Amino acid sequence: MISLALVWIPAAGAVLAALWRSERTRPLWLPAVGAVHVVLAFAVLIRAPEVPPTAWLGADVLARAVLPVVALLFLVCAAYAVTYLRVRDERSNRVFVTALLVLLSAMSLAIQARHLGLLWVAVEAATLSTVPLLHFNGTPRAFEATWKYLLVGGTGMALSLLGTFFLGYAALQGGGGGGLTFAALVAHGATLSRPWVLMAWVLLLTGYGTKMGLAPMHTWKPDAYGEAPGIIGALLAGGLTTVAFVAILRVRAVVAAVGAGAAADRTLLGLGLVSACLAALFLVRTVDYKRMLAYSSIEQMGVLGVGASLGPPGIAAALFHVWSNALTEGALFLAAGNIRRASAAQTRTEVAGMATAAPASSRMLVVGMLAVTMLPPFGPFFSELRVLRAALSAGQGAAVGLLLVALWLAFVGMSRLVFAIVDGRPRSAARASDRRFRERLGLLLPPMAFLVLSVWVGLATPSVISHAWRGAATLLTRQP
Amino acid sequence: MSVTMNQMVAVAMGLNLLALGSSRIPSVIRAVAAQGVILGVLPLFLHGRGIGWPVVLVAAATVAVKGFFIPGLLGRAVRTAGIERDMEPLVGFVPSLLLGAAATVLAMLAAGALPLGAEDAGSLLVPGSLASVATGLVLLIGRTKAISQVCGYLFLENGIYLFGLLLIRSMPLVVEAGILLDLTVAIFVIGIIVDRIQRAFDTLDTRHLTALRE
Repeated sequence: MISLALVWIPAAGAVLAALWRSERTRPLWLPAVGAVHVVLAFAVLIRAPEVPPTAWLGADVLARAVLPVVALLFLVCAAYAVTYLRVRDERSNRVFVTALLVLLSAMSLAIQARHLGLLWVAVEAATLSTVPLLHFNGTPRAFEATWKYLLVGGTGMALSLLGTFFLGYAALQGGGGGGLTFAALVAHGATLSRPWVLMAWVLLLTGYGTKMGLAPMHTWKPDAYGEAPGIIGALLAGGLTTVAFVAILRVRAVVAAVGAGAAADRTLLGLGLVSACLAALFLVRTVDYKRMLAYSSIEQMGVLGVGASLGPPGIAAALFHVWSNALTEGALFLAAGNIRRASAAQTRTEVAGMATAAPASSRMLVVGMLAVTMLPPFGPFFSELRVLRAALSAGQGAAVGLLLVALWLAFVGMSRLVFAIVDGRPRSAARASDRRFRERLGLLLPPMAFLVLSVWVGLATPSVISHAWRGAATLLTRQP
Repeated sequence: MSVTMNQMVAVAMGLNLLALGSSRIPSVIRAVAAQGVILGVLPLFLHGRGIGWPVVLVAAATVAVKGFFIPGLLGRAVRTAGIERDMEPLVGFVPSLLLGAAATVLAMLAAGALPLGAEDAGSLLVPGSLASVATGLVLLIGRTKAISQVCGYLFLENGIYLFGLLLIRSMPLVVEAGILLDLTVAIFVIGIIVDRIQRAFDTLDTRHLTALRE
């Protein structure tokens, strides 16, 4: 019953937060619910409950392999949000807090969904709950970003629903009698109609790939991450993308059971490489440091796509990368959010000398940037190394070469931009806003915690977690 | 039964073309509303003799939402914004009409090539669904006014709903209700955003949304 509690406790928290009177104490619901959620997520990881194959909802080994990191991400972001919302007390936080808790509930549901229809409903709910969050700043640019997010994301969700129906039709014609749990679909894989399943794969990969931000369906991402508060960027880049990745992994297992696994892997590998390379090229020329984080996230999604296409060792490595990506990008987004508040601007031409205006946040931005571009001993170094090793042993030498070039370009682009805004003399606008912004402890400890967690997951991965990654990889590639 | 159904789907496909060829936004909204009513009534014919009250309830809700509530919302947006026409589409009206016609033909061919169940063999549901999805995508990509794009999204959704009718007997009602609810909320949110865009920019032309680009 823990897996149900993971869904209803945040939902109940959302209702209570919406009814809560005091503006000042309402944000405290976020860390309170987040802490309970983390405890539950790790309890479910350690106790590893048996999930009946017909269950629509349950913490199966794939859910256990990613749910704890989403819970950790939310808790640290929630701690940041308490101070952040105190700084931003000029606007009401009722909708913000409620939508964040709904998002946590929907993400927990989507990760644990073992039924195709339930999965879609949960991802759609998570998508809709982020709309008011993206729009929190209320500027015309935020309207624009939200509109694009809705239009591109909404079309993606519609296409994935059509793909869900196609797969449902294939199940209806096949031997399973229309059962839409992933276990039933995989078990009756041999009897499913191949053309319908392949069309469903194209639609579902497009739909959930849009949510994940794989190129060329990534167009909403720079706008949304650029205009939303840093904490929302962190939750989208580490949480919602993880949810979409889990959905793609579950659908891939069905396609593999039909006997078209090789075709599915080829499309994943191709999309992953295109995402990594395209993002690297944009990283070289972007001048806006929040949009830079979006392109960096697209590149990480490319690494995940490549990993998912490489069989069991690749999938285990990709799940490792889900953890290191969520924790490291979290640090980057929060540090960049602090710098955004301190400088009141986002581009290299307007921002400089942040090392004196916001010294601690600048240091964390630099460290986070190095971590995400594969500096040991942070998580991404180890997880990307494992993806590369899996690719080499699968004989994908060309893919490894392309990926290495993309990673190098990303390092060049990101380090140039980050040092341009950190070094030099502060601009006059920043000096003026400097007096209003202070680097409070509540805004510095959360990104610091992310960096520590990123080192922890890289250097001292608990065996229970790496066991879950390997177990999920076996589950997803097991043939009936 | 099947003949009546096919005639209704054929009318729905005609409404796709009507929407693609029209420059007046109110007539696009009327087309999508009429299609919504047809789609809502279809399940009653699908079930033949054994109509239970849940089916009637779902049909009534679909007609109310797709045929009246959402088009009403869009109509109000048109009146408050004072725009009647989508004058400068990215894809012209005649080219989009031709695209729609080509998509309809392709949808018929594709449906012929895909393996269909015995009871769905002569049905127009699959081509009708694919044609509506294509119409929706053309409107989403080819029009510049926010309301036209929302109409495109509605056509896309109608196409998906048409395909869902093939599954209505086997998929639990829970999932269907959840899907209907979610889509309604999606459109609702889009409607609110349209309202906000208009207030912020004094226009419903999404080409003015160009501050964010590389």
